[in-house]
Amino acid sequence: MADRDVLTGEHFIHGDAACAEGALAAGCLFFAGYPITPATEVAERMARRLPEVGGVYIQMEDEIASMAAILGASWGGAKSMTATSGPGFSLMMENIGLGMMTETPCVVVNIMRGGPSTGLPTLVGQADVMQARWGSHGDYGCIALAPSSPQECFDYTIKAFNLSERYRQPVFVLGDEVVGHMTEKVVIPKREKLKIQPRILPKALRGDYLPFDSSTSMPAPMAIAGQGYHAHVTGLTHDERGYPVITADVQERNVRHIVDKIRKNADRIIEVDTVGIEDAEVVVVAYGCTSRVARQAVENLRSRNLKVGLVKLITIWPFPSGLIRSLADRVKAFVVPEINYGQIAYEVERTAGGRAEVLLMALMGGSIHTPAEIEDGVGEFL
Amino acid sequence: MKVKHEVRLAGFGGQGIILAGHILGKAASLFEKKNAVFTQSYGPEARGGSCSADVVISEETIHYPKVIKPDVLVLMSQGALGSYGNNIREDGILILDEDLVNLMEDPEGLTVYRAPATRIAEEMGKRIVANIVMLGALTALGGVIGYESMKKAVIDSIPAGTEDFNISAFDRGHDYAKSLLS
Repeated sequence: MADRDVLTGEHFIHGDAACAEGALAAGCLFFAGYPITPATEVAERMARRLPEVGGVYIQMEDEIASMAAILGASWGGAKSMTATSGPGFSLMMENIGLGMMTETPCVVVNIMRGGPSTGLPTLVGQADVMQARWGSHGDYGCIALAPSSPQECFDYTIKAFNLSERYRQPVFVLGDEVVGHMTEKVVIPKREKLKIQPRILPKALRGDYLPFDSSTSMPAPMAIAGQGYHAHVTGLTHDERGYPVITADVQERNVRHIVDKIRKNADRIIEVDTVGIEDAEVVVVAYGCTSRVARQAVENLRSRNLKVGLVKLITIWPFPSGLIRSLADRVKAFVVPEINYGQIAYEVERTAGGRAEVLLMALMGGSIHTPAEIEDGVGEFL
Repeated sequence: MKVKHEVRLAGFGGQGIILAGHILGKAASLFEKKNAVFTQSYGPEARGGSCSADVVISEETIHYPKVIKPDVLVLMSQGALGSYGNNIREDGILILDEDLVNLMEDPEGLTVYRAPATRIAEEMGKRIVANIVMLGALTALGGVIGYESMKKAVIDSIPAGTEDFNISAFDRGHDYAKSLLS
């Protein structure tokens, strides 16, 4: 059984299947979900594969319950995941907040389709970027990764699990329909080549353990229910032991902690891929399927000796503000192609602070940009 | 040498178009160690709606994942001719299932081949292998992928126990197409 979790070798699979394989390789043993195009194939693969590794798959009555179930499984000691798309992601928002407040590690895969509402069930969108950041009420830190290929679906899902364990909170894999349904070669390495972060368990004596210790910028270790430690888990504002204390003082500590553990560690979490930003006069900022189109456009332009660069966001959140700020001092413009009506473009604009122009190239969903379109957008500044 | 192919297979849902595209991509990716991206488009219908399977194959990294102008276009329905027939490279190869696609006049510049893939499959007693017959023809006519790689990808992608039947379908398509070339 143990050798079925890491399917070492070369596979020709789509992004959804690669997310599932990444989860299994990361040690995920529990999936609760509700099928929704274009994320159904993640659930399908997990339903088939989890029993092979001794895990549990549950198809829940809806996405609200799915999210609740993976939080419970995580407190029970299992690495857990769900997968959905826009409408389901909306339903999950309340319990995502519960996961943030209770500092519960888990992974939520959102294969984005065109919205709002039912929108374009079978076609691409990238308009859940701000929802991932701000969708549940109240303040919390956010980690979201954006794969642009099936290989990255595998790699980033593992990263997402590792980050969720390290920072003790739900982490998002923000895929999109094009990437989820695109089939390419995925190389799954040998088990010993994978970096897997296990649950960080308490070492303190029972009486001394504080499951919600907020004295440092890292979360407290997490006890597994039933192993002897006392832990009270609530969505109410709580003290270090987890007991509700409804005061401004405790709220101040509690909320600062769940925001600061991401904010203060942002430089360690943020990852980007770049092409040619060293000499670039215009920089394209892109993520997910759009980053592949942007990469083609940038390579075409560079082959004509034009000074154009690319920042591909691996982590959409936290956003690489420092990098964009430093580029803003020396580039003419940022070009931001995305399949929404301006989400990351706002973030680039905010960070650039008026020191470089920002061109949003928006598509409402259902199709992707062409390299020629992005080349034209960049061309406005050359 | 920069060799890049854009292949599109189109027909209606139920013909195995999507599986055929998947097999082609797998042959290139896993058995010829090239880069290959397979994407698909289809409507909400389970069967009968129009669908297409797009495969980009290249020695180099493929950034833009979609087919823009196919150099090889395989059509297995009249509807597909209407939807996709006009989008092909000027010097491209057009392969038709001749009993299902009626093309009045061969467009100038294109190389047009006609293969009765569905009829061959029916003669074998199983219409559902029409896609595999067509893959055999594509292997001989398209110049995209080697015979052995495609055969391995077919065996790797079909239900266990059906290998002989599928390979026989594949070879019939391949033999028929070779007879067109001689």
